[in-house]
Amino acid sequence: MTLITLTPFDLALASSLVLLLALLSWRMQLGVERQLLIAALRSAVQLILIGFVLKLLFAQSNPFFIGLLALLMLSVAGFEVMSRQQRSFTGLWGYGIGALSMFLSSFSVALITLWVILQPDPWYTPQYAIPLLGMLLGNTMTGIALSLDNLTRTAWDKRHQIEAQLLLGHDARQAISSIRRDALRSGLIPIINSMAAAGIVSLPGMMTGQILAGSPPLEAAKYQLLIMFLIASGTGLGSMAAIWSGSKRLFDERQRLRLDRLKKR
Amino acid sequence: MPQLRLKQFSPLILEPLDLVVDEGETVTLSGPSGSGKSQLLRAIADLDPHNGTAWIGDSAADKMPAPQWRRKVGYLPADSSWWEELVGVHFSETPELDALGLTEAILHSSVAHISSGERQRLAVLRMLQQQPQILLLDEPTANLDPHHTLLVEEWILKYQQHNGAPILWVSHDPEQRLRVGKRHFEIHDKKVVQT
Repeated sequence: MTLITLTPFDLALASSLVLLLALLSWRMQLGVERQLLIAALRSAVQLILIGFVLKLLFAQSNPFFIGLLALLMLSVAGFEVMSRQQRSFTGLWGYGIGALSMFLSSFSVALITLWVILQPDPWYTPQYAIPLLGMLLGNTMTGIALSLDNLTRTAWDKRHQIEAQLLLGHDARQAISSIRRDALRSGLIPIINSMAAAGIVSLPGMMTGQILAGSPPLEAAKYQLLIMFLIASGTGLGSMAAIWSGSKRLFDERQRLRLDRLKKR
Repeated sequence: MPQLRLKQFSPLILEPLDLVVDEGETVTLSGPSGSGKSQLLRAIADLDPHNGTAWIGDSAADKMPAPQWRRKVGYLPADSSWWEELVGVHFSETPELDALGLTEAILHSSVAHISSGERQRLAVLRMLQQQPQILLLDEPTANLDPHHTLLVEEWILKYQQHNGAPILWVSHDPEQRLRVGKRHFEIHDKKVVQT
């Protein structure tokens, strides 16, 4: 089976379905037609653009440009994590904790995969490195954002309980431990759910894409499995790093709960 | 048991304060709400950043780990907080419930299902269980009827007689202030002044 190349006409046909939906939304006064069209347009522009960028990058295989794109992806993901927080940390910490945790987990898991498992030559071959990193960043981003949001929000809501424990001479670690556990769990639940449902309830997007692009189903399944394991470990490590540094930042050197280090809403 | 000393002590929103509460002495504190009474007590318990130093006897707060300091300080906030579902889990041993008009059944109740007055009395017992060397009390009888108010006062003063703990007692009730303390302070325009 060979790859069926999509023509602009094919895409125009598919986009007419979105137009039809927008028309329906307008007629039924649902009020989402504007957002829908803008989002569809954005996705078209962004994806075509990244297609060109990747095409250039793949042709050049220049480690400097690959690293630059990786850093760009990381910095955008860092902003995304920060903006999903109801109460993020003030100052550089708000950005730094999320971005650094993502950097540690995504980059290390991606490097291990490239060096030990896939072993392309050279190891930074962009056809492998960039999609791998993108998958990892996209998913650790969600996990870290959920964990951090849960941590800071719960600490805020339960500040009196935390301080009551501090007053009885418990240290900060003990006082925040159950909140930390819940925060970590909330970050890991999406990937646990998607691993459990994979193949039965849903065909994961990457596997679907590979099958449509002509790969044998079993090969696609193996790649999907690899990616899921990587995502699970990356998300777990990233959430742990974020919660560890976040819960340290919630207390000062005298083990006082410092909610003034969180942004007010 | 030693005295409580504050030197140039201020919880940032108040002017610096020098105060000594002697062994076995009770000093009362009053002032309009929002004047900084609770902030002063929180700072002494080292829950908030502050200026100046607090001592219990010869030990300065900043010369020991914060948890160790807080175990010496019995600070009772105006609202008690409970982090587990059941009352009993918050106690390391069975407290003297009957002294404050409570029964043992309450240890098996859920914190959400007991009254605010019961919670307040339990909080007093929980605080005293760690054998603090000084007491910082923020309206310890605010939610109690006259009968239980006297029981709690009696129990706290009995602890003081036994341990010699200096007490800083915030109270809105002028009669209570006269009952429990000999020296009285008021917060006025960010200053703690004797009345």
